[in-house]
Order: sequence, then C-alpha cells, then structure tokens
Amino acid sequence: MKQYLIWLTALVAIVIVNFGLIPFLPPYYYSILIYSGVNIILAVSLNLVNGFTGQFSIGHAGFMSVGAYLSAYISIMITKDNPDLLANPVTANLIFLVSLIAGGAGSAIIGYFVGLPSLRLRGDYLAIVTLGFGEIIRVMILNIDAIGGARGFTGIPLLSNFLWVYIAVLFTLFFIWRLVNSAHGRTYLSVREDEIAAQSMGVNTTNAKVQAFVIGAFFAGIAGGLFAHFLLYLNPQTFDFNRSFEIIIMVVLGGAGSISGSVVAAIILTVIREALRPIQEITRIDFRMSIYSLFLIILMLNRPNGLFGTKEIFNFMSSKMRRLFLGKEDTAT
Amino acid sequence: MTEFIQHLINGLSIGSIYALIALGYTMVFGVLKLINFAHGDIYMLGAFYGYFISRFFSLGENPSLFSLLLALTLTMATCAFTGYLIETFAYKPLRKAPRINALITSVGISLFLEFTGQLVFGSDPKFFPQIFAISGEWAIGDLKFNPLQITVFIISLTLMAILQFVIFKTRLGRAMRAVSFNHDLASLMGIPTNRIISFTFMLGSALAGAGGVLVGLVYPKIEPLMGVMPGLKAFVAAVLGGIGNVTGAVVGALSLGLAEEFVVGYLAPSFRDALAFTILILVLLFKPTGLFGTKTTEKV
Repeated sequence: MKQYLIWLTALVAIVIVNFGLIPFLPPYYYSILIYSGVNIILAVSLNLVNGFTGQFSIGHAGFMSVGAYLSAYISIMITKDNPDLLANPVTANLIFLVSLIAGGAGSAIIGYFVGLPSLRLRGDYLAIVTLGFGEIIRVMILNIDAIGGARGFTGIPLLSNFLWVYIAVLFTLFFIWRLVNSAHGRTYLSVREDEIAAQSMGVNTTNAKVQAFVIGAFFAGIAGGLFAHFLLYLNPQTFDFNRSFEIIIMVVLGGAGSISGSVVAAIILTVIREALRPIQEITRIDFRMSIYSLFLIILMLNRPNGLFGTKEIFNFMSSKMRRLFLGKEDTAT
Repeated sequence: MTEFIQHLINGLSIGSIYALIALGYTMVFGVLKLINFAHGDIYMLGAFYGYFISRFFSLGENPSLFSLLLALTLTMATCAFTGYLIETFAYKPLRKAPRINALITSVGISLFLEFTGQLVFGSDPKFFPQIFAISGEWAIGDLKFNPLQITVFIISLTLMAILQFVIFKTRLGRAMRAVSFNHDLASLMGIPTNRIISFTFMLGSALAGAGGVLVGLVYPKIEPLMGVMPGLKAFVAAVLGGIGNVTGAVVGALSLGLAEEFVVGYLAPSFRDALAFTILILVLLFKPTGLFGTKTTEKV
C-alpha cells in the first residue's frame, strides 16, 4: 500500500510543479526539462533490455523514430481536416493520447519482428541486427514522401507539455519497476544472470527476451511521440546512430540494471550536453561524440557497473528512508 | 552476357574486399568470442594510413606495382600496430569481465575512431592518390575489364592464400586454432594464449588495412565514416559463412559481394544496403550456424 502512496505523491508533485513552477520557467530551461523527461523514458526502457535482460540493443533511436513519425502522422491526419479539434483541450489531449499509444504500438510491433530472429540466438547478434535496423529505418523514412522524406516532417501540432511528458515518465518508471519486481520480470533477470540455468528451470528464455525487447520498443515509441509533438519538426538525421549511442551511454553510466541510475544519468547527460554547447560553438568542432566514446571506454575499463551498478538509489539511503520509499526492508536485486 | 560477366567481376572485386575485413571478424571471434565492432574502422584507418604513406613517399607521382606493394606493406604494419594497441589497452583488461562489457567497449572504440577520425582527418572526403595504374582497359571481345579491379582481386586472393598458409601450416597458426578450439585447454598445454590473441588481432587488422588500401585504389574517395557499412557487411558475410570459420568468411563475403552487385544490376539499386541485413536476418532465422559453421552446444 505504502508503495502506491509514493507513486501518488510523485503524481501530485508533478501536477503541482506543472501549475506552480512551469509557467515561470524560461523557455530554454523548460525545453531542457522536457528533453530530460524524454531521455529518462528512453534510458529506462533501454535499461529493461540492456540492463535487466542482459541483451545488447543498439538501435533504440530507431524505435524512437518509428514512434515519433507514426504518432506525428496520426495526429496530423486526424487534425488536418478539422483543425478545431485542436482548439478544444479535451479532444486535443485525446488525439495526443491515441497517437502516442499508436506510435508506441507500432514501434512494439516492429520490435517484435526485429527481435524475434536475433533473440533466439546469443546476445551479440542482436547488437548487429538492431544497428542494421536503425540504418534501414532511417533510409526508409528518407524515401517515404508522405512523412517528408529528407526534407523533414513539419506541421506537427504542439501537444506535448510538461504534464504529459512527466506523467509518461512516471508511468514508465512505475511500469518497469513493477515489472522487474514481479515474478514475471524475474524471468528477465534470470536470463541475464545465466541463460542456461534459467532454461533448465523452465524459463522460456526466447520469450522473456522478446517480451523485454518489445516493451522497451513500446516505451521508446512513446518517447518518440512526446518528442515529436514538442519539437514539431522531425528529421531522419535526429535519429541516427549517435542518438542510440547517447541512450546507451545513459544506461551504462547509470548502471545497467538500475532504474534510478538511468534516471540520474539521463538527467546528467542532458544537462551536460547543453552545458557543452557554448564551448562547441566557440571551437566549432563537434568533439562531443569523441568525448562520449572515450568516456564509455574508460567507464567500461574502470567502473563497468556505472554509478549505481544494479542497485537502486534507495539502497544508498538509510534504512528508515528506504522503508518510507519501499514499505519493506528488502529491495529488488 | 557481357553485362552479366561485368557484374560478376564487380561483385568479386567488392566481395574480395569484404572478405579481407570478414576474415578479421571471424578470426577474432574464433579466439575471443567477441564481435569486434571497431574492425570496420580499422579498415577506414587503413585507407587513411595508405593515403598519408602515399603522400609522404609521393607514391602518386610514380605509380607502379612497387609503389602499391610498399604502401600496402607499410599500411598493413601500421594497422597491425594499431590493432595491437587497441587489444592491449581496451580488450585485454576485460578478458575476465562479462562478454557484454567487451562488446560495449568495442562499440566505444569504433565510435572513438570514427569521430576522432573526423576531427583529425576532417569529415570531407579525401582522394586517394593513384599509386598503381595500368593504362587503358583490358578487353576480350566485347568484355571490358577494369584492370584495377582485377589487381584488387588478385592481391586479396594472394593475401588470403598467405593467411591460409599461416593458419594451417605454421606453429603460430596451430596455436591460434588451439586457442579458438578451447581457450583454457590451450593455455594448459603451454600456449601463451594472450600473445596468440594479440597476434590474431594484429593479423586481422593488417588484413583490414590492406582492404582499406585496395578499396582506395578502386574507389578513391575516402572519408572517416567509410568503415561503417563495409564493416557491418563484412560481419554479415562472416555470419553467412559461419562465424569463426576462415573459409566460410571468404565464401560468405564473395557471395555477399556478388549478391549485392546482382541486386544493384538487375533489381533495385536503392536496396543495396538493405540486402545485407535482410540476408543476416534470414540466416539467423533459418541457419544460424551459417554455411560452414558447426553446431556447438553450450556446456554448463
């Protein structure tokens, strides 16, 4: 019971912040806040695949782009002929909800077909297949004229806002937290720890991996939809391999297998990215990816568990705080 | 018919370059069970090393077979050294770590080479100097051959023959096969496994470097991201042939090169890059061990 109280408190806090703080926030900081939220969803959903299930997917931006384009296309199609639907906040938000879920579902379906062949085998293949998938989806988007092709996709209605993004963040956290702490989610962990042992205990490992992958793709699609309806302009270049790589860095930095770690790392990296921007404008060199990749190598060599390892942030708190958060003494993983 | 043979030659020529890269993938996978993502970028480095070596010795001004062989040898040596450095500093410390860590590290190295390459070499394409030229075209009847493509094909075949000799006829090669067969047992037999792994890396990197020079010869535009696609395709070729199998890598790469060329020639040019991944997914679905791979059961 106490657990649900925490989530409710967070929900109330988001609503309070939305009405009490957001109207006074300068637009630049507001957009950083939104991007942090989108990145949190991406990092946490990738963590389900990379961290909790132990598979290595490097095409998360591809799923994000599917969700972004699909949801943007749907909301444009609905509102194109009757723009007054957007004027009414109820129908506008309803349309957004529908297009977000459709984007997530589309991304999940594609995730199923990408994941199934590669996940039957050892994890390494998934890396290559998802990498190739990310490229294929980019090339396909470039060639579909209905969604703008290389020109980019414009005319997306502004439907995302702080409330939407952070409620989606909360939902993602809630869903994945509950999932990995359920008996069902424990099968994912067992696949990560020892696939053969899991198999001999009767776990259908392929099923577990595909499920985790599809759920990850779904949330990436949602994140894409939120992103599309905030940026209002989509370009295939936005979802290239560098984007996938940034999400991987978030997962690795936060600790593969730690939800709160991913959240912290997503925020840190979003802010650092913005903080580096002035330096980059002065030197006119995009050295960010060089630094990121070097950072990843050093991290892997010296602290492969990232900030939190597989622990959650509560594990670092005093037992009293932990009881407050979890309502019980023992924590997950 | 002429067109068909033309496509055949193009396919074999590009396929032989894939083969040089795929060999490195498959050998490293054999001894280390690691997909070395950075391998495609070693190939890119090979092209750039070749470019700078040719400029340094002004090989472009007197194109000859000697110039080509000089550039090739020096590039292979520098690439082998680069491979050695990468192995020593990035992969060796991770020998005992979970495999996914090494995989992530190799992605990191791949990106580091690509983006640092863009900073150092500049992201605009460079033109590979013509260090080897045969005037005119060779022709048999209507058939026209680009002599450079034939050269590339012959040199790659020679390199593969040398590799075959090293792997199957020398002590070092026997040690490599032993390590790839069973790492722990090999080390019990007194084989210095770490040194053998380093050597395998160097051998693979040298071949990839040679691929870089040869591709610069035929398609002279080189740029820091040129290694990404051939790297991925070479991996597909290695999987198609059965990863860990040397002959399989060559056969897989040549078939992939031919398949691509025929798809471009007869079906749809825009599907060129999608083909490799389609093949990969089909192979993974129906015959994950590849053409020549043997099924291994994982032991507990």
